[in-house]
Amino acid sequence: MDVMPKWAEVVLVPLISLLLAAILSALVILGIGEDPVAAVTLMVDGALGSTYGWGYTLYYATNFMFTGLAVAVAFHARLFNIGGEGQAMLGGLGVAIACLYVPWPHWSLALIAATISAGIFGAAWAALPAWLQAKRGSHIVITTIMFNFIAAAVLNYMLVTAMRPEGAMDPATERFAPAMHLPTLHELLAPLGIEFSKAAPANISLLVALAACVLVWVLIWRTRLGYEIRAYGHSENGARYAGISPVRITMIAMLISGGLAGMMAINNVMGEAERLVLNATEGAGFIGIAVALMGRSHPFGVFLASILFGFLYQGGAELALWTNIPRELIVVIQALVILFTGALDNMVRLPLERLFLALRRPTTTPQGK
Amino acid sequence: MAGAEPTEQRVTAAPAIELRGISKAFGPVQANKNISIRVMPGTIHGIIGENGAGKSTLMSILYGFYKADAGDILIHGKKVDIPDSQAAIAAGIGMVFQHFKLVENFTVLENIILGAEGGGLLRPSLAKARRSLLELERDYGLNVDPDSVIEEIGVGKQQRVEILKALYREADILILDEPTGVLTPAEADQLFRILRRLRDEGKTVILITHKLREIMEITDSVSVMRRGEMTATVRTAETGPEELAELMVGRKVLLRVDKAPARPGKPVLEVRDLRVRDGAGVERLRGIDLEVRAGEILGIAGVAGNGQSELLEVLGGMREGAGAVSINGRALPLSGHGADGQARRADGIAHVPEDRQREGLIMAYHAWENIAFGYHRDARFCGAGGMMNHAEMRRDTEDKMARFDVRPPDPWLTAKNFSGGNQQKIVVAREIERNPDLLLIGQPTRGVDIGAIEFIHQQIVALRDAGKAILLVSVELDEIFSLSDRIAVMFDGQIMGERLPAETDETELGLLMAGMSGEAA
Repeated sequence: MDVMPKWAEVVLVPLISLLLAAILSALVILGIGEDPVAAVTLMVDGALGSTYGWGYTLYYATNFMFTGLAVAVAFHARLFNIGGEGQAMLGGLGVAIACLYVPWPHWSLALIAATISAGIFGAAWAALPAWLQAKRGSHIVITTIMFNFIAAAVLNYMLVTAMRPEGAMDPATERFAPAMHLPTLHELLAPLGIEFSKAAPANISLLVALAACVLVWVLIWRTRLGYEIRAYGHSENGARYAGISPVRITMIAMLISGGLAGMMAINNVMGEAERLVLNATEGAGFIGIAVALMGRSHPFGVFLASILFGFLYQGGAELALWTNIPRELIVVIQALVILFTGALDNMVRLPLERLFLALRRPTTTPQGK
Repeated sequence: MAGAEPTEQRVTAAPAIELRGISKAFGPVQANKNISIRVMPGTIHGIIGENGAGKSTLMSILYGFYKADAGDILIHGKKVDIPDSQAAIAAGIGMVFQHFKLVENFTVLENIILGAEGGGLLRPSLAKARRSLLELERDYGLNVDPDSVIEEIGVGKQQRVEILKALYREADILILDEPTGVLTPAEADQLFRILRRLRDEGKTVILITHKLREIMEITDSVSVMRRGEMTATVRTAETGPEELAELMVGRKVLLRVDKAPARPGKPVLEVRDLRVRDGAGVERLRGIDLEVRAGEILGIAGVAGNGQSELLEVLGGMREGAGAVSINGRALPLSGHGADGQARRADGIAHVPEDRQREGLIMAYHAWENIAFGYHRDARFCGAGGMMNHAEMRRDTEDKMARFDVRPPDPWLTAKNFSGGNQQKIVVAREIERNPDLLLIGQPTRGVDIGAIEFIHQQIVALRDAGKAILLVSVELDEIFSLSDRIAVMFDGQIMGERLPAETDETELGLLMAGMSGEAA
């Protein structure tokens, strides 16, 4: 007896939101005297027209899957983790430590160690805000935002002092040993006879991200822990009635969330840069919020939204490279997408619900399931 | 002045309110179907029906919260359009909601002029309001000090402030939605006196309730609603509770619970000097002593908010407390480890909480997810590696739905899509089928339709007859009387006294509920 059929809820609402964002973006591009059609063509071509474009799109999407899943898991417990950015930064530190100080014989072992290390660092960074929320009632939104700044400062300090190779001018770690090099899509697909761009950074982390999507789905909808997390998210009183400890769920959900955000570092730090640099996260932690909102906190939604935002990132970069459209405008377009798919969700939803009600009224028996 | 108007109206004999063919649908749900009703001026008209019968929707249409899909509203014979509550007030309609809409830290006077200040400066309007307020109080016998602060006066007086608010806005038709839900019997009597006085002064009163007793006691005529339709309008003097109940439910109903005398066994629950503080440090339970034996129902009577909720919560492991509680002679921890809902369930305590929508059920969960709620760590619901056994949960749901006649018997429906009665049946099924040593049950039939009330009462009695102990908390005195083997009355966090149902009456319990000590009563 829901107001809208499921397909409208899942497909139609985001699609219309996207369309509105696109129309508004086109108007803005028109407003600065450029051709929106040419711009869109360029974006699509640059992001999806070649394996090089796909390689970048998927690389960005990998980042967003991790951070999007992080926000989604916390959101099932009604915790708004804004700290994905800081947790991913710390994850980078975890990857760097795992890769710099242990001479792994093979990339696969290094990947496992780096993933675990990144997860632990990210989780640790989420642990304190989680504890403050669970025990002291300090609002998680405020604390996680503040922890982003602290994380940036910590990274800054580590890269300038402790981890900078002697004599280097650059606040970054040394390059990781060649044995740590993660196979790129080019290397992975070559044995299958598929020619994939050599220059694109998409790498095996994408598969880890996809596995994370599946595992999060299992966690949320199949396990007892997921049952408890969702129950707590829907009703704290209900959770207390059922003997589900709010403190425990807050801690666990945030640890998982922080761990997922931290794991993003295997993609950008280990897979792409192969060393830890300042500001390695490039705002992916914040994009994760938009991704989770758009993906309705469902792993499959997060997957689709990640691809979309990967496309926007890569297409936007192309736009900045080849046209007179300034880089700032790309941010405007991305912001419009976030605004329409996330914040202005109800603007599309409510009229749509009314439309469905009006359509249904003449036939008194409900058809929807 | 006030007396002149009604006589005129009686002469013209146009109904104070007339509804013609009102219909309202929410999506596929037809909340009101072609409803017509005439309420004569200077009468008290009752509207009775089960939860979800459409009473509140109808009144919301009358007060401008919803717009009817079809139909006309006539006030004193004139067709009116009521797009919002301002228009309703202008048409002379005043509404007293079940949950008061008062500003707690304002005085009575300030609350009364709120939204009708009539100017940028407060002082002149307050002075004017004070004059008319005193007049109103004199005319209708409503005693409230205009300068007392809302949070410092009792619920009964707060309700009078709501009535005064409506009268101050020159309401001529007063609608009261479930007005006695929060009142002691004595306060309810006072309210009824006020309503009679209002009627005698020519006002029209519409009383929405699900309590048959109130309808019989105070109304002149009554309309019965069922499933969005007006099934009958009768003169109260020409009907009886049995007939009304039948009209409400659509079949014959047992109003009394059939039960054999209790055969109490050994004590199951023993509580000594139980104390609970709330978040603000206020003591909500102030030394409770009680005992519930196997095979008996102990009913806790009291006006809502006197510590009954806290009692259930601390016993159910939802809240920490101090004192000594034991079950079957085993002491229960009241704080720290082992004092949560999981531990209590393991100790053989089942709990039907007072608020099924916020506590007993996860409204967004499917029925089959809810059937394991609280017992989701049981081996039977758990697969390997922390997974849940969904197939088993669904099978169990189908079983329980069949045994407890949950409608529709669809495990895939989310909890919020069941009616109140069926939601409660899901909770009761889940808790009773555990075969607990002690059942805590709060407001078992709040917002539950009559048919389901009958069923739930039978289940509670059956559990008692199986030799289990039951602690019942209810604000419905009728329910306390018909189910309990012993009655304890709570007031202000304390037990005021214990009575046997056969040896007491509503007057005595009412005095205890209002805090008069047992000796005085």
